[in-house]
Amino acid sequence: MATGTTKQIIHGVFGDEQPMIAACKKLRSSGIRIKEVYTPFPVHGIDGIIGVPRTRLAICAFLYGITGTGLATLMMWYMMIHDWPNDIGGKPTWAYYFAIPAFIPITFESTVFCAAHGMALTYLLRCWLVPGAKAKNPDPRSTDDKFLVYLELNDEQAKKAEGILKEHSVEEVNHKGTIHIPAPY
Amino acid sequence: MHAESEIREPLILGTKTYRQITDDIIAPIEGKASKGWYVLLTIFGLTFLWGIGCLAYTIGVGIGAWGSNNSADWAWDITNFVWWIGIGHAGTLISAVLLLFRQKWRMGINRSAEAMTIFAVMCAAIFVTLHTGRPWLDYMLFPLPNQFGSLWPNFNSPLLWDVFAVSTYFTVSLVFWYIGLVPDFGMIRDRVIKPWQKKMYSFLSLGWGGSARHWSRFEETSLVLAGLSTPLVFSVHSIVSMDFATSILPGWHTTIFPPYFVSGAVFSGFAMVLTLMLVVRKIYKLEAYITVKHIEYMNIVIIVTGSIVGVAYLTELFMAWYSGVEWEQYAFLNRATGPLAWSYWCMMTCNVLSPQLFWIKKIRTSILATFILSIVVNIGMWFERFVIIVPTLLRTFVPSSWNTYTPSFIDIGIFIGTIGMFGTFFLLFSRFFPVIAQAELKTILKQSGESQKKAAANHKHDHITAH
Repeated sequence: MATGTTKQIIHGVFGDEQPMIAACKKLRSSGIRIKEVYTPFPVHGIDGIIGVPRTRLAICAFLYGITGTGLATLMMWYMMIHDWPNDIGGKPTWAYYFAIPAFIPITFESTVFCAAHGMALTYLLRCWLVPGAKAKNPDPRSTDDKFLVYLELNDEQAKKAEGILKEHSVEEVNHKGTIHIPAPY
Repeated sequence: MHAESEIREPLILGTKTYRQITDDIIAPIEGKASKGWYVLLTIFGLTFLWGIGCLAYTIGVGIGAWGSNNSADWAWDITNFVWWIGIGHAGTLISAVLLLFRQKWRMGINRSAEAMTIFAVMCAAIFVTLHTGRPWLDYMLFPLPNQFGSLWPNFNSPLLWDVFAVSTYFTVSLVFWYIGLVPDFGMIRDRVIKPWQKKMYSFLSLGWGGSARHWSRFEETSLVLAGLSTPLVFSVHSIVSMDFATSILPGWHTTIFPPYFVSGAVFSGFAMVLTLMLVVRKIYKLEAYITVKHIEYMNIVIIVTGSIVGVAYLTELFMAWYSGVEWEQYAFLNRATGPLAWSYWCMMTCNVLSPQLFWIKKIRTSILATFILSIVVNIGMWFERFVIIVPTLLRTFVPSSWNTYTPSFIDIGIFIGTIGMFGTFFLLFSRFFPVIAQAELKTILKQSGESQKKAAANHKHDHITAH
């Protein structure tokens, strides 16, 4: 019975994004999986190289937005048409389509409100950015001016990866112990 | 890497590195505050307290304490409300509209501009809350089921639209601002040493890690929020203008109001951003990030929006004459020649004439001239709202109800108090929060940094001579 594998944790620390991108490309083409990259700012193009799938947050925002549109319509229909129809200033509210121009602004605001807050909340929860959460970057310098390539590799791959990192003027290669990855059931 | 034209002026001056950007942005947070900061905080704090006193007095005795009367039932309250809301517009415009247009110069100023937006909307909220007369019943503005019968608020009314617009605007701006702040709080958390600071910024940074996945989601969220905020900016002041435009009052009943109010809002907002930025760059030594070029760009926005406002004033006058409606004509005649004509001409001078000075390059690149003119513009924009509201209301259809207006001691106190509150909050923000979006700024260092641009240019010339 297999009990899983033990992998080495390696931090490749770069002082600039260019060599880091080059190193990541080389690592990937050599068949080495890059677990994560930590950078002080968004490095464009890195997602495709290390294989981060495109985020679907924008789809969420759209769904939250149409929810907002629906909620506002339902609310105004219930309050103005269904529950207590009124004739205000010669503008009767006997049917929703009669008075629709007056309902547009709030429909719009509600759409934006739900889309923006829904998306922001989803973003924070998806990244688990919540009050009291522990810092997720393994090296504190990666929010300042260092670019960190985080690898979890077996011994053979680790040796190869270290060679590639050094070819690309890595500043430090830090071994951060091992991690035990249990075998799948 | 995306290269930038050599002739485009750099946005980050000097020989900066990523580390230096970190150091420069964190300096006000790690270091001790200067004497000037304490002096300003004391002044603003005291005026804020003064404002709270006047506010409490108003709540205690009612809005009879104000100068408002039966004719001018809206006066300083709504003037100040519209003025503050308008100032708020620049922040969202800079961070949302300029993000969509990929204007890199927004990165030096967007953080403080957004903070300014939030504080300005808070000031505006004070006036709308108070002007209802019984602020403790303000929850009735929201469509809540109530025990007084099942009568709902009127969704045909722009005043109710305003409740929704302003609350959406405030909360969305706040969230947009905070999401941008999280990575910078992460940087501060990893840098500071003092235990209380470590604790505070750990809490504020929400555990930010800066992984590729975080950044990809961060950028998507920023882009979508910018896309949502852009129509929001335009909607908010359009709706504010409809508070006036959907009435039947001569001088208010004009279709030009929404675009005219929006451009006026951007105009005054940029002026306020300039006033604040010129102080911030000086006291926190951020001249390398908020350069004269940034100031020039903002001044160009001021010329454009100021000219739109000028055209709108003239169009209003023309339409009043062309409509053939006597009441409409009188409303404008009254503004320009009536008892409060001085406020009309003050508005015209400050808003239409003074920004035209920025056509001269020497003036729009002069820090002193910009500082003075930015204050002049904000005075002008305050008078614009005053002119729209007070002289118009004082002389409506029935001459027997015509009246005069003088603000009370309390009116002035609350207004000054909001300036104090705005200043206090901004000073606290600039001391404890990163005043520049440093993570974003680092992305443009290689393309728009002065030394980096020079190096790239030399590199290119070397290639040409080598061939």
